[in-house]
Amino acid sequence: MVGHASRRGRALQATDISRPEYFLKVVDCQLACPAHTPVPEYIRLIADGRYTDAYMINWKSNVFPGILGRTCDRPCEPACRRGRVEEEPVAICRLKRVAADNKSDISARLPKAAPKNGKKIACIGAGPASLTVARDLAPLGYEVHVYDADKKAGGMIRSQIPRFRLPEEVIDEEVGYITALGPVMHLERRIDSLKSLLKEGYDAIFVGTGAPRGRDLDLPGRKEAAANIHIGIDWLSNVSFEHTNKIGRRVIVLGGGNTAMDCCRTARRLGGEDVKVIVRSGFEEMKASPWEKEDAIGEDIPILNYLVPKAFIHEGGRLTGMTFEKVKAEKDAKGRRQLVPTGEPDQHFECDDVLVAVGQENAFPWIERDIGMAFDKWDMPVVHQETMQSTIPNVFFGGDAAFGPKNIIWAVAHGHSAAVSIDMFLNDQDIAVRPPPGVTVISQKMGIHEWSYDNDIANDRRYKVPHRDKAQSLKDVKAEVELGFDQGLGFKEAQRCLNCDVQTVFTAKVCIECDACVDICPMDCITFTDDGEEAELRTRLKAPALNLGQDLYVADGLPTGRVMVKDEDVCLHCGLCAERCPTGAWDMQKYLIDITQAGPKCRTR
Amino acid sequence: MTYIVKPKLHHPSLPKNDLGFTRRDYEGRISTLCAGCGHDSISAAIIQACWELSIQPHRLAKISGIGCSSKTPDYFLSQSHGFNSVHGRMPSVLTGANLANRDLIYLGVSGDGDSASIGLGQFAHSIRRGVNMSYIVENNGVYGLTKGQFSATSDKGSKSKKGVENTESGIDLVALALQLGATYVGRSFSGDKDQLVPLIKGAVSHHGPAFLDVISPCVAFNNHAGSTKSFDYVREHNEAVNRLDVILGRAPITTEYRPGELREVTQHDGSVLRLRKLHDDYDPTNRIAAANYLQERHAEGEIVTGLLFVDPDATDLHDRLGTTAQPLNQLGASDLTPGAQALAKINAGLR
Ligand SMILES: Cc1cc2nc3c(=O)[nH]c(=O)nc-3n(C[C@H](O)[C@H](O)[C@H](O)COP(=O)(O)OP(=O)(O)OC[C@H]3O[C@@H](n4cnc5c(N)ncnc54)[C@H](O)[C@@H]3O)c2cc1C
Ligand SMILES: Cc1ncc(C[n+]2csc(CCOP(=O)(O)OP(=O)(O)O)c2C)c(N)n1
Ligand code: SF4
Ligand code: SF4
Ligand code: SF4
Ligand SMILES: [Mg+2]
Repeated sequence: MVGHASRRGRALQATDISRPEYFLKVVDCQLACPAHTPVPEYIRLIADGRYTDAYMINWKSNVFPGILGRTCDRPCEPACRRGRVEEEPVAICRLKRVAADNKSDISARLPKAAPKNGKKIACIGAGPASLTVARDLAPLGYEVHVYDADKKAGGMIRSQIPRFRLPEEVIDEEVGYITALGPVMHLERRIDSLKSLLKEGYDAIFVGTGAPRGRDLDLPGRKEAAANIHIGIDWLSNVSFEHTNKIGRRVIVLGGGNTAMDCCRTARRLGGEDVKVIVRSGFEEMKASPWEKEDAIGEDIPILNYLVPKAFIHEGGRLTGMTFEKVKAEKDAKGRRQLVPTGEPDQHFECDDVLVAVGQENAFPWIERDIGMAFDKWDMPVVHQETMQSTIPNVFFGGDAAFGPKNIIWAVAHGHSAAVSIDMFLNDQDIAVRPPPGVTVISQKMGIHEWSYDNDIANDRRYKVPHRDKAQSLKDVKAEVELGFDQGLGFKEAQRCLNCDVQTVFTAKVCIECDACVDICPMDCITFTDDGEEAELRTRLKAPALNLGQDLYVADGLPTGRVMVKDEDVCLHCGLCAERCPTGAWDMQKYLIDITQAGPKCRTR
Repeated sequence: MTYIVKPKLHHPSLPKNDLGFTRRDYEGRISTLCAGCGHDSISAAIIQACWELSIQPHRLAKISGIGCSSKTPDYFLSQSHGFNSVHGRMPSVLTGANLANRDLIYLGVSGDGDSASIGLGQFAHSIRRGVNMSYIVENNGVYGLTKGQFSATSDKGSKSKKGVENTESGIDLVALALQLGATYVGRSFSGDKDQLVPLIKGAVSHHGPAFLDVISPCVAFNNHAGSTKSFDYVREHNEAVNRLDVILGRAPITTEYRPGELREVTQHDGSVLRLRKLHDDYDPTNRIAAANYLQERHAEGEIVTGLLFVDPDATDLHDRLGTTAQPLNQLGASDLTPGAQALAKINAGLR
C-alpha cells in the first residue's frame, strides 16, 4: 500500500493489520503476560459461567492457573487498558482464581501421551520452569526425567510461598496434572555434576534450578548472634516444611521485596507480636508489589524506611537488637539518586529475632567450568534471551536459573520457549527462527446492532477480594487470607473487561467519510485527516495521541485522499463506531492469538 | 438503531470549558437516526460549538418541527429547554417563546421539508420579523422521515434513488433568507465540521435573525449517484468563499495571515468574526453582492458555502417593537395585568 503524499510531509505507512504483532499489542494484558495468556477470552468465559473452559485456556498458556490466580506478580494488570480509562485495571489475576475455584473435573481434557519418540530429556529442578518443560514435552512422546533435591515437586512455589497465600492442596492439584502426564520424577535427587549428567545420554537437558541462595548481611555481631538471625528464604522453607513453628515476640525483617513481606506476615502468625520491616531506601522504592505492602501494613506491621542496618547488638551470645544509620535520598552531580547519612544519631531497635530478606542469588557449584559452558562476568551462564539455549547446544535454561530471580509466570514462559527450542532442535529445525503465533479471526457481527460479545461498557469500579477475618488469619499460618471472588463478584468484575481482543477493523474502500464513527466514539479515537508524519500526526488528532507506547492504526484509500487514523490507546472496544457506520467499513473482529507451543506447529519448516 | 448507552468514559485528556464542562456534558441521547446520517454530524457540530462558547445549557432553548432533522434536538444538549413542535411550525413556536423570554438563546432546528415545503411561510415570516435566533435547516433534499420523497429544496434534475428526475425548481433557502432580511446567513456541509462549527458559533453569538443552510446527506434515500445532495456531489461542487473564526472579546491574532487574507467584522456586542478569505473580492457585508454571487455560482452548478452575509449592526424584533427589557416571567403581577384603568387608557389612546 502506498500512503497518500501530502503538503504536510512524508506520508505515514498504512498499518498492516495482517501482522499478528499489530493486534497482539492492542490486547495490552495479553502482550504484558510473559506467557501471553489470552486474557479477555477467558474473562468472557468466566462471565458466561464457563469456568472449566476458562481454566483450560489458562492451563494451556500458564500451566498453573490456581496457583497464579493467587500469587502471580500480574504484569498484565499495570498494562490493562481499563487502568487508562478509569482508575483501576481489571482484577485479571483474581479472575483466574475464579475459573480455578469453580471448574469441574478436567481430567478428560488433559493431553494424552503420544507414543514414545525415543528421545530423552532431563529437567533439573522441579520448579515451575522445569514442570512447564515436562508438561509441554511429555505428551509429545518425549521421555522426560525430572530431578529435584526436595521431597516434593513444585520448587519455590512449595518451599517459599506461605500457605496463607497458597494452600498446599492447590499446589498438589496442579503439580499433579503434570506428573500424571508421565514424566519420570526423581525426587530427593540432587544433581551434583552436570558433566556426569551430560554423559547419561539425554538428548537435551533443561536447567531449572532457580536462584536458591539467600543473601546474607555481614555486619558486626552477625556471628555472635547467629542463633537468632535467619536468612529469609531458608527460614520460609523451614516453615513450609514444618521444621520451624515459632519465632520471638519482637522481630525485625530486613529488606523491601516480596520475600520480606512473606517473612513479616509469616512471623506475625508464629508468635511475632511486634514485627517491623526496616528498609534502606524509601517506602516508594521498595521492590514489593503494592498489594503485598498493603497486606503487611493491614496486619499491623510497620514499614520503617531510610534506615541502613549497621550492627547486630547482642548480650551474652543472645541477640538483643539492631542499630541503623539514618539516611536521606539526594541527587548527586549526575542526577543519580543516592542515600546519604542525615547526621542524626544512629537508631536502635530491640528485637528477639531478625529475618534477613535482602535478596536472592544464583549458584551453580554443580556445573563444572571445563565442560564448554560459557559464563558471564557475573558468573551467570550465557543464555539466549529467546531460545533459552546455553553455549552447549543441547543444554537449555529457564526460570530463575536463566537470568536471575523473577517470578512464576516468567519461569513458565521460559519453560514454554525452552520446550519449543528443544522440540525444534531435536527435529533439526533452526531454533533461532521462532514459530509465529496462530491467529483466529472471527467477525462478531450477528445483526445490525448485535454482536456476539457483550459490548456494553460497565461503569463499575474494581471489586475487592474478600478476606478472612484478621484475628482468625493471624492465628493459623495455613489459613488462606484471601477468600476469592464468589461467582457473583466474579461476574461483575469480569464485566469490567473491555474485550481488547475484539478489534476494530477498517475497510477504507467502502467508507463514505460520513463522520458517524468520529461523532459517536466516546473516546475520540478516530480522525479523518490529511496524511503526515507520525509525530506530527499525533498532535492533530481529535484527541492528542500522547501515549507513544500505543500504535496509530492508519488506513489510506479514502475517496477524499485523506487518511483514517485511529489511536488505539483508549479505545473501549465498544463497537459503537461499527454500529453507527452505514457501510460496514468498521467491523468488530475477534483476533484470538495463540502462542505456538512445542509440537507439530512449531516445526513446519 | 443502537441499543447500548454511549459509555460515560471519555478520553483522559478531554478539555473543559470555562464552566468546567467537557464536550461530553453537552451531548444528548444516542441518536435513533440511520447510521451515517448527516444530521448526526450537525448535532456533533452544535455540541462542539456550544461547548466552545461555554453556553450554560439551561440558558438555551432548542425548538424544532417534524422530520428526522427535527428529531435531532433529542441528541444534543440534554440539559437544555426543548420543544418539538408541529410540522413546519418551529418558527412560530420559537417566535412566541422569544417574545415571552428574550433572555434565552434560541436554536431553531428544522429540515428542508419542514422549512421549505410545509413551513415555507413560517420560515419567511420569522426571518422578515427579525427574531433573534439561530435557524438551522438540515438540508438533505428529501423528506427523510417519510421515506425519501423530493422536498422543495431538491434541485431540478436531481435523481431519486429509483432514478426518477425532479422536474421542479428547487428553493434556495439562503437566497430567500438574504432577500427576507436575515442579518447573518451562511451555508455549510455536515461533512465539514471545520467550517460548520465556527459558523454555528457565529450564528449563536449574532444578535438578530441568523440563518444556516447545512447540506446534510441522507444516507438512506439521497446519497446515490445522480443526487445533488450526496456526500460525493457536495464534496465535488463545494465552493467555500471564506473560513470563519469567532472571537468573543478581543483576543490577539495568533495565527499568521498573508496580507489582505484576513477580514474582521466586529459585531456591536464586541464579538469579532474573523474571516480568512478564500475569494479575493468576496465581501460578506454586502447583501446585494452576496445574492448576485450566489446566483452566478448556482448557474455554474457550484454550491457556495461559508459566511455569505453578515450585518454587524443588526437589530431584532424586540428592538423594533420596543418591548420590555425583562422576560415576562420576571415581571410582577401588577406589570403583567395592570388592571382595567390601564386598559381603558390604552383604549382611549386608540380612539
Ligand atoms: C519468599 C518468596 C515468595 C515468592 N512469592 C512469589 C509469588 O507470590 N509469585 C510469584 O510469581 N513468584 C514468587 N516467588 C518467586 C518464584 O517462587 C520463583 O521465581 C519461581 O519459583 C522460579 O521457578 P524456577 O522453576 O525457576 O525455580 P524454583 O521454583 O526455584 O525451583 C527450583 C528447584 O530446583 C531444585 N534444585 C536446585 N538445584 C538443584 C540441583 N542441583 N539438583 C536438583 N534439584 C535442584 C530446587 O530444590 C527447587 O525445587 C517467590 C519467591 C520467594 C523466595
Ligand atoms: C402536518 C403534517 N404533514 C405531513 C407530515 C408527514 N411528514 C413527517 S416528516 C415529513 C417531512 C420531513 O422532511 P424534512 O423536514 O426535510 O426532514 P428530514 O426527515 O428530511 O430530515 C412529512 C411530510 C406530518 N408529520 N405532519
Ligand atoms: S480490559 Fe480486559 S482485555 Fe483489556 S487489557 Fe484489561 S483485562 Fe485485558
Ligand atoms: S470501539 Fe469504536 S467507538 Fe468504541 S471506543 Fe473504540 S473506536 Fe471508539
Ligand atoms: S461511519 Fe463508516 S462510512 Fe462513515 S466515516 Fe466512519 S467508517 Fe466511514
Ligand atoms: Mg429533509
